[in-house]
Amino acid sequence: MTVGVDAATDLPASILEAVGLTKRFGALVANDHVSLAIRAGETHALLGENGAGKSTLVKMMCGLLQPDSGELLYDGAPAFFPDPASSRARGVGVVFQHFALFDALTVVENVALGLPGHEPLPALAARIEECVHRYGLAVEPWRRVGELSVGERQRVEIVRCLLGDPRVLILDEPTSVLTPDESENLFRTVDLLTGEGRAVLFISHKLDEVRRLCHRATVLRGGKFIAEVDPKQESSAGLARLMVGADVPRTPRLVTHEIGEPRLLVRKLDVAGDGSRGSALHEIDLEIRAGEIVGIAGVAGNGQTTLFEVLSGEKLAEDPESIVIDKVPAGALGPTERRALRAGFVPEERLGHAAAPDLPLSDNVLLTTHGDAGIVSYGVIRRGAVKDYFQRIVKGFDVRFGGRDPKARRLSGGNLQKFVIGREVLRKPVLLVVDQPTWGVDAAAAAFIRTTLREKAAEGCAVLVISQDLDELLEFADRIAVMSEGHLTAPVPVAETSREAIGLAMGGAHGAHDVGRDGAAQTPAGEGADAS
Amino acid sequence: MLDAAIIGAVLASVVAAATTLLLASLGELVAERAGTLNLGVEGMMIVGAAVGYATAYSSGSLLLGTLAAVLAGVVVSLVFAGLAVWLAANQVASGLATTILGLGVAGLIGSSFVGTRIDAAPALHLPVLTGLPIIGEAVFGQDAFVYASVLLLIAVTYGLARTRVGLVLRAVGENHAAAHALGHPVRKIRTLAIMFGGACAGLAGAHLSLAYTPFWASDMTAGRGWIALALVVFSAWRPLWLLAGAYLFGAVSILQLHVQGFGLGIPSQFLSSLPYLATIGALVVISALKHGQGAPASLGVPFVPDR
Repeated sequence: MTVGVDAATDLPASILEAVGLTKRFGALVANDHVSLAIRAGETHALLGENGAGKSTLVKMMCGLLQPDSGELLYDGAPAFFPDPASSRARGVGVVFQHFALFDALTVVENVALGLPGHEPLPALAARIEECVHRYGLAVEPWRRVGELSVGERQRVEIVRCLLGDPRVLILDEPTSVLTPDESENLFRTVDLLTGEGRAVLFISHKLDEVRRLCHRATVLRGGKFIAEVDPKQESSAGLARLMVGADVPRTPRLVTHEIGEPRLLVRKLDVAGDGSRGSALHEIDLEIRAGEIVGIAGVAGNGQTTLFEVLSGEKLAEDPESIVIDKVPAGALGPTERRALRAGFVPEERLGHAAAPDLPLSDNVLLTTHGDAGIVSYGVIRRGAVKDYFQRIVKGFDVRFGGRDPKARRLSGGNLQKFVIGREVLRKPVLLVVDQPTWGVDAAAAAFIRTTLREKAAEGCAVLVISQDLDELLEFADRIAVMSEGHLTAPVPVAETSREAIGLAMGGAHGAHDVGRDGAAQTPAGEGADAS
Repeated sequence: MLDAAIIGAVLASVVAAATTLLLASLGELVAERAGTLNLGVEGMMIVGAAVGYATAYSSGSLLLGTLAAVLAGVVVSLVFAGLAVWLAANQVASGLATTILGLGVAGLIGSSFVGTRIDAAPALHLPVLTGLPIIGEAVFGQDAFVYASVLLLIAVTYGLARTRVGLVLRAVGENHAAAHALGHPVRKIRTLAIMFGGACAGLAGAHLSLAYTPFWASDMTAGRGWIALALVVFSAWRPLWLLAGAYLFGAVSILQLHVQGFGLGIPSQFLSSLPYLATIGALVVISALKHGQGAPASLGVPFVPDR
């Protein structure tokens, strides 16, 4: 592939270009005259907060959505993509954040579904192997996708795109599901691709990797084009300011908090896996004391969901003594009984798990408070008390919404998450277990949530945070443990570990199970503190 | 006591009873593998039976009757496809409406044919094979519907597992959003799968009114459409288990008739319920033992592409 040069700008010729694209959904303007040029041989970053309009723009560029106005240029000429097949035929490949994969089918079948024609599967498998070798994407063609890890699934998606020989490859938040190690591999693949003259559009909100990998960056905010910059010339803080439109506050790390009694004790907790849905846990040991925040890092799908369920009581432990909440053996207690011990739980999935999407917010209050004194008496809901509680959440946690009492699904991710956290925090828990506190939440709300959790810890609550966002844990947890394939490392103080050591344990480097002593020994002390 | 001729005759009636179910459930299996739950099988089947009988009686041609029945099944299935696929209506409600509509329409068409008779579809004898002892007549002395059902089973099994069309169809039933993102026309594929289901149900209806019991009676499907639906679920959406289920049901329902004939003092209501109990029992065991494959993940979920 040869790389042409745009005579007017002296830049590499653009392959795919969006010119003034606008897309409205009802009253919401998701994209407002957004322009973007993806150039041959370059990695172009698309930066923006959740809700900035990145996904809408990508969908329009590959034919999944049609713009209300504006146009697409392909090799400088107007192009019309009525559906994804037509953009793919022109050489635009997309790897979405939510993979378009079929769990029940094999890798080859999944790949075949993304390609035109009737190539026999064995021949296709051979081509997959070849692509795997060329770009360093470890994938086994005959395995069922349902059995693969998230990283492997992403590689299946990438291989499927590459077999279509795309000139433009669009990667939607590719590293959000990867270990640091897997991310490095992906970056190498991306470099190989641009080296061949292909163009890559790299969507991310992780500024460090954008600055490292990308030649150019377009920033969106609130559906509008904000700037096109050279990310290598910008600081992370500068890029963040462009994205958010203001300085992003960092969570203060309180140094002077008291560590008290153990509030949660987990001893030799074993949970058998139940097939495809939940992974098994092996001999989990964990102690969380009043006043501290313990973070559990790890790539999704390594047992965090099962751990949350068995801690919250959705799943019962076989041995009641293996989970002790505030000195009471709680392994055999259900969620309501555990909440009665003043434990609070915030699951990962906001809609459908933490909140009922089609119930009004005031009814959603009842989901976790129905056992509390004053809310329900003699089986009758006390509406006044519920309303008071609801108002306290809304005021105390800055939950913003339209109307008086909308359905939960009408709230933005950040506001709903603040509501859910507020609902638990106002119960004055002695133990809080939070799964992915800021996943898909805008930066301002995320900072608010982290500060809230920090304050609760300072007041003597024990906080357990399960998160895939390592930066977040390094920023506000006191101790960090790593979950990998159902094993949990012993938590170590943040100051005594490093991003590298944690990354190694996340990748399941067994033997490096103790993040602190073994892992940190391989890297200079103190590096972890400024790694973020 | 039981000589070969009797055994052969019993086997032949088992095969005939199973064929109706196999035809209807194969069609429904294809529709469900594409992600649509069509509860209209009973309705499509009985319209096929009525239209097939009316056409065959009027024209004197069984072939014309059969073709008309297949076409009628497709037309009724389009009612369901229009509601459930293109208007994204609730599939259960749409399917039930289709069945109720079909029962009514069939009663109307068939009303002027009550009490008439036609000659049943003739048995097609295959050279040599029909002469085999005991099973010869039962397996190779059947009408064209039986052979058609076996060919259809082979075609569906092979088609789903080995062809690109089958792969795309399974993908649509597994994850319609992903299939759409890859550029496969989800609603078109579902409509075609539903039409295939309608054609099979119509054929099953023709088998009933042109071969199995060659006359018209209202409600002559007698719940066979519902049995076909249940077979699909209990077979864990696999064609070969469907074959086993259909023949088990056929076998027990014929055998219990003979047992009733012996007069053993067992209440006939209990014997009549045996086919259902036996099929449910056997298929529950099968689905409990099933490895990996469950319902198509998008089964029953309406698909609405975003604009």
